[in-house]
Amino acid sequence: MTKKSTYIKFTKEMKKDYTILIPTMLPIHFSLIANVLRNDGYKVEFLEYTDGNIRDAGLKYVHNDTCYPALLLIGQLLNAVKSGRYDLDHVALLMTQTGGGCRASNYIYLLRKALKKAGFGKIPVISLNFGAMEDHPGFKLTLPLIRRMMYCAFYGDLIMLLSNQTRPYEKEQGETDRMVRTWTDRLLVDMSDPKNLGYDHIKKNYHLIAEDFAKILGDTPRDKVKVGIVGEIYVKFSPLGNNNLEKFLLSEGVESVMPGFVDFCIFCVYNGIYDYVLYKKKFIKAKVCRVLYRYLLGKQNDIRSMILSDFPQFMPPADFDETRERVKSYVDIGTKMGEGWLLPAEMLELASEGVNNIICTQPFGCLPNHIVGKGMMKQIKERNPQVNIVAIDYDPSATAINQENRIKLMLSNAK
Amino acid sequence: MKIIDEKNRTENRLLLGIDIGSTTAKIALIDNGELVYSKYERHFSQVRQKTLSLIEEIKELLTGRTFTVSISGSAGMGMANAASLPFVQEVYSTAECVRCMEPSTDAVIELGGEDAKIIFFTGGLDERMNGSCAGGTGAFIDQMATLLNLTNEEMDKESLSYQHIYPIASRCGVFAKTDIQPLINQGATKADIAASIYQAVVNQTVAGLAQGRRIEGKIMFLGGPLYYCKGLRERFVKTLALDEEHAVFPSYALFAVAIGAALYGAGGEEFDYETLTKKLRESLKTRERISSLPPLFKDKNEYQAFLKRHLKNSVETRFSGAYHGKAYIGIDCGSTTTKLVVISEENEIIYSYYSSNKGNPVEIVREQLLKIYENFSDDITICGCAVTGYGEELIKKAFRADYGIVETMAHYTAAKHFNPDVDFILDIGGQDIKCFKVHNDSIDSIMLNEACSSGCGSFIETFAKSMDYTVEEFARQGLFSMAPVDLGTRCTVFMNSSVKQAQKDGASVQDISAGLSLSVVKNAIYKVIRAVSPDELGENIVVQGGTFMNDAVLRCFEKEIGRNVTRPNIAGLMGAFGAALFAKSHSLSKSALMSEREVRELVHESKSAVCKGCTNHCRLTVNIFNGKERLISGNQCEKGAGIKLSDDEKLPNLYEFKRNLLSSYTPHKGKYKIGMPLALGMYELYPLWFTVFDTLGFEVVCSGFSTRKIYQKGQFSIPSDTACYPAKLMHGHIETLLEKKVDAIFYPSLTYNINEEKGDNHYNCPIVAYYSELLHSNMDSLKNTNFIYPYLNVNSHRELAKGLYNALKDVFSDISFADVKKAAKKGLDEYYLHMERIYTEGRRALFYASQHNKRVMVLTGRPYHIDPEVSHGIDKLAASLGFVVVSEDSVTSDVEVPILSVYNQWTYHSRLYAAAQFACDHKNVELVQLVSFGCGVDAVTTDEVREILERRGKLYTQIKIDEITNLGAVRIRLRSLIGALEEREHKSNE
Repeated sequence: MTKKSTYIKFTKEMKKDYTILIPTMLPIHFSLIANVLRNDGYKVEFLEYTDGNIRDAGLKYVHNDTCYPALLLIGQLLNAVKSGRYDLDHVALLMTQTGGGCRASNYIYLLRKALKKAGFGKIPVISLNFGAMEDHPGFKLTLPLIRRMMYCAFYGDLIMLLSNQTRPYEKEQGETDRMVRTWTDRLLVDMSDPKNLGYDHIKKNYHLIAEDFAKILGDTPRDKVKVGIVGEIYVKFSPLGNNNLEKFLLSEGVESVMPGFVDFCIFCVYNGIYDYVLYKKKFIKAKVCRVLYRYLLGKQNDIRSMILSDFPQFMPPADFDETRERVKSYVDIGTKMGEGWLLPAEMLELASEGVNNIICTQPFGCLPNHIVGKGMMKQIKERNPQVNIVAIDYDPSATAINQENRIKLMLSNAK
Repeated sequence: MKIIDEKNRTENRLLLGIDIGSTTAKIALIDNGELVYSKYERHFSQVRQKTLSLIEEIKELLTGRTFTVSISGSAGMGMANAASLPFVQEVYSTAECVRCMEPSTDAVIELGGEDAKIIFFTGGLDERMNGSCAGGTGAFIDQMATLLNLTNEEMDKESLSYQHIYPIASRCGVFAKTDIQPLINQGATKADIAASIYQAVVNQTVAGLAQGRRIEGKIMFLGGPLYYCKGLRERFVKTLALDEEHAVFPSYALFAVAIGAALYGAGGEEFDYETLTKKLRESLKTRERISSLPPLFKDKNEYQAFLKRHLKNSVETRFSGAYHGKAYIGIDCGSTTTKLVVISEENEIIYSYYSSNKGNPVEIVREQLLKIYENFSDDITICGCAVTGYGEELIKKAFRADYGIVETMAHYTAAKHFNPDVDFILDIGGQDIKCFKVHNDSIDSIMLNEACSSGCGSFIETFAKSMDYTVEEFARQGLFSMAPVDLGTRCTVFMNSSVKQAQKDGASVQDISAGLSLSVVKNAIYKVIRAVSPDELGENIVVQGGTFMNDAVLRCFEKEIGRNVTRPNIAGLMGAFGAALFAKSHSLSKSALMSEREVRELVHESKSAVCKGCTNHCRLTVNIFNGKERLISGNQCEKGAGIKLSDDEKLPNLYEFKRNLLSSYTPHKGKYKIGMPLALGMYELYPLWFTVFDTLGFEVVCSGFSTRKIYQKGQFSIPSDTACYPAKLMHGHIETLLEKKVDAIFYPSLTYNINEEKGDNHYNCPIVAYYSELLHSNMDSLKNTNFIYPYLNVNSHRELAKGLYNALKDVFSDISFADVKKAAKKGLDEYYLHMERIYTEGRRALFYASQHNKRVMVLTGRPYHIDPEVSHGIDKLAASLGFVVVSEDSVTSDVEVPILSVYNQWTYHSRLYAAAQFACDHKNVELVQLVSFGCGVDAVTTDEVREILERRGKLYTQIKIDEITNLGAVRIRLRSLIGALEEREHKSNE
């Protein structure tokens, strides 16, 4: 093990009166998760504002060849710290960490470097990870907490999935977004009550959510051109990262389809299983992952079956096992860094659902994406000639006109 | 011209197509199947006005009729929106046009101002556009012509009489420029450079755009550059091996998009002349949202104070010619400009000159020397002449100058003249950004820009010219901009496209000028210096270089760092001034400089040659003076210059040692031939894999070290342009092995590397780990071969054996598990022995250095950086400069990794951190880090390695390497390092 310059731990005392700032990625999911943390006694704030200074702060404090997501995440946190809105003696930052072979495992260290450079070296940074990579006595992920966070992800995915399918067809402008807000607020209250974490209640909520979105759709056929979005997790989901891609697509009159966040979590869990198969490493971790994998898949399939049986007007989340099987003849599922095999798997999943137009988003110079994004397109196109893919790079200096022109080219061939 | 359309869309209809590209506007009018009008004009970013005036010109043809309209082109998007007119993407338009006019076309190559496109028709319609980073477009050719001081037509004409093609990086304009500059300085002919530029465009199109798809059959070429440049056409035809029948250059090449757009619009909404012009006129009023920045000056008073403050920093000039006595000449032959000053005994400037190289610095210096002789004749005695800059050697040799000094020393000498306490110098020239910190009177840390940030200074100049301004006027425009636009900082290619977007959105010249200045400054501060606060720079900052003569740039810099700085009035001449001061400090009784007659009669020719000293085959430029004196440049080692070293004089070089070790594995004849591509991770584990297969009775066929040829062989199947060069080479290695008719190719996928217990984890980077997957997915030629790329655990010989056996048993049925197990054990043993050999040699090298009192350079990088094509002979260059060269793995076996503030998860990088610690612990050991362009991982490691070194007062030197590396720049960097070290020693001895 390497000796590390000691990081500031988030202590139990800090838990009482420190405000934890969380950067944005998935607005719905993260605001639910923030709330769960709040109910667990943390003071949390989810950073929603997205002004232009974020990019500049990132460019200033992070090595400019670092990936765009790191630049934005760190820029956003630094911007918040410098805003004067917070008592700097009582603020902590939170950053996720995967521990994989891609640069992303280093984001948290880059954040600490940036804080030090900016003169905020005393602010504690909490690593949100599921592998005990760091020790923060005041921030413990207990099983009940993890379980609640998991439901946030499922709720978030469901709302995102359905809202994407109603937004292009709504009769009243903004109807869908209002519904998203209504349900997010409702769930914030709902999940605060421990009673409501029973699975039956949750399943009932799923149904209610789907009913409400079904009302927006009415009997309008979902007949617009569908465009799938896959890619590096941050630029795929975060409007800040992808120049409001979904909004642009909406204005082009197409329906965007985005495989959910839970899939990425299941992918990470699955890698724990497969690492043992390949390398005979970490037997116990593999065992735990196996159980967890089945559990998550079960939960996801409950949502899938509900939509299949009760809401045939909607496209359900994919069956993860099928997604994984489908990709095997394209890339070995030992390819696990970054989005790994999941990225081509999602392209194939979209194609199998008839979503043949795909935008693959990635930060400029993203290492895993050379392999699993741009590197897989030839094979996927050859074996699925109907598929129409475009790769779009995101970068602080890339112009929107350039990106939009390429997307338009893809759309002009869209069927 | 007839427009043939099978769908009869043109019958009895009037169709108008408008194509607005990044630099030009084109319109086409089709009347009942006949192209009745077409026009092509530059729009100078006045997109909407230009369109309107083009339409107004054909009022007669349109009045009284109704017609359909369709707009296409990247710059047309915004206008179509604002005027609510139909829009069609330009590639789609092109396809539409080609399908009608030339249905038997297999593929179209279209080069525009900023975009390059390929459309494949046969075998599934497929359309490609260049990525964000790619060059090879009209804007690129324009820039290159400016660099050569030629018009586009002249460059085209020149190119036709070429003799040699030089390799020029085709990735983007910035990189190409970095390659061309030294060629110009070395005296390569314009004809050769022009043809090489076109070839670079072709390579970019074939490799970067086609991305694995071969361009075959009947090819149509469209767009401005291909229509106008014969030389470019010729390069395409030759490279793609097309005959006349298969290379189509249609007369409507410029209007294909406009015609396509017209056809696309058929059947849509009809307009009449009045409605259309009204719509366009209304669109003039809308101005899009642009992100803008605060103005540079609050008011005139602030500006006046600023001017007054900087006027203080002036050097006395005496141009009257009244001076008699000793004089000293300083010449700074930079990458784009040549500067020359003559100073008096009292440090007054009595003559100065600053001009662009115009592609031939020798001629310029000759003219100037003659002028000096003429102006001063007997009044002055030249008592010393020093040369600095890229062209140092060339000029020194050509005119017999007395001294050559490293740029950094020249600049420091000059800066000290203005501010004896100077502790930070920033120089922004046309091409390069250099900065150095001064500590205890010696240069403490040197930072130079890497390829991506180069050319910022000259970009402003080129841009000003294209807008019909002089640089000075353009700069003045920026001073009072109310809302400077944000143009980004990545590189000039990105800036160029941001500028165009800003113009389309309605930004003024003032706003763009100020925005550009700010971009250049931000680039220097955040990308080159990597500073966030003024304290990191210093108290006494001197800024210089031609670009700082621009007041807008100076102001932006002061504003951005929040501190006042010194800008000498001769900011552009500092290198030359420093050189002159240096010559003066060594005052001679008489300089050896050529006499007036000799200068006048000097005959200078240059020709290109290929070095046959080793397999590297460096492209040399041989300069010949007066038919006998020769100066050779372009060589990587002493051999190219015709110098032979005896064995005793050869310094230990671990890079060479490691290469020899790998070459020493001799294969045995066997039942099967197994191919090993010598690239990426194979460099580290070749001893292991060789031994495994050798033990199993295979004949191991190695692809050998990379060469440019190998790269080109596989170039067409590279899917991602921004991956690192070591990875891109892999494609050529695979092709090489296939040519050798191997039975199988082996390159395992290794998520985890050898665990050396130095880090938190022992990963490979995603590229090294999974490049096999990319090869499998992109190389058609692999489809008919057994490509074996199992996921293996190399840290346990049992697991390794199992994995190998599973991967091999289906392909080679006669292999038993027991054999594989034995082979795996033997292989791992061999690997550890191999590493032991490297440690032993490392110790020997260190011992040698201490015995012979030599400096040691830990040339750090990755194992595959020993490939001569990857590191371009930098190890040999370092050795020729007197360094004992060791690799990071040869000296760190027992070094503990220092305390880190990053997550240490990659095996190769753990060695890197340990090597930094090693350099800290030893005097006389310097660390130089090789970084491949596009290596994302090194964005994390470089800052950390720098921190480790600087904590202990060591110098950090980083060298970015890519497809092509400008060794001239590397040489300057290493010589600056030596200069700084010598000065430090000098100081500590005092």
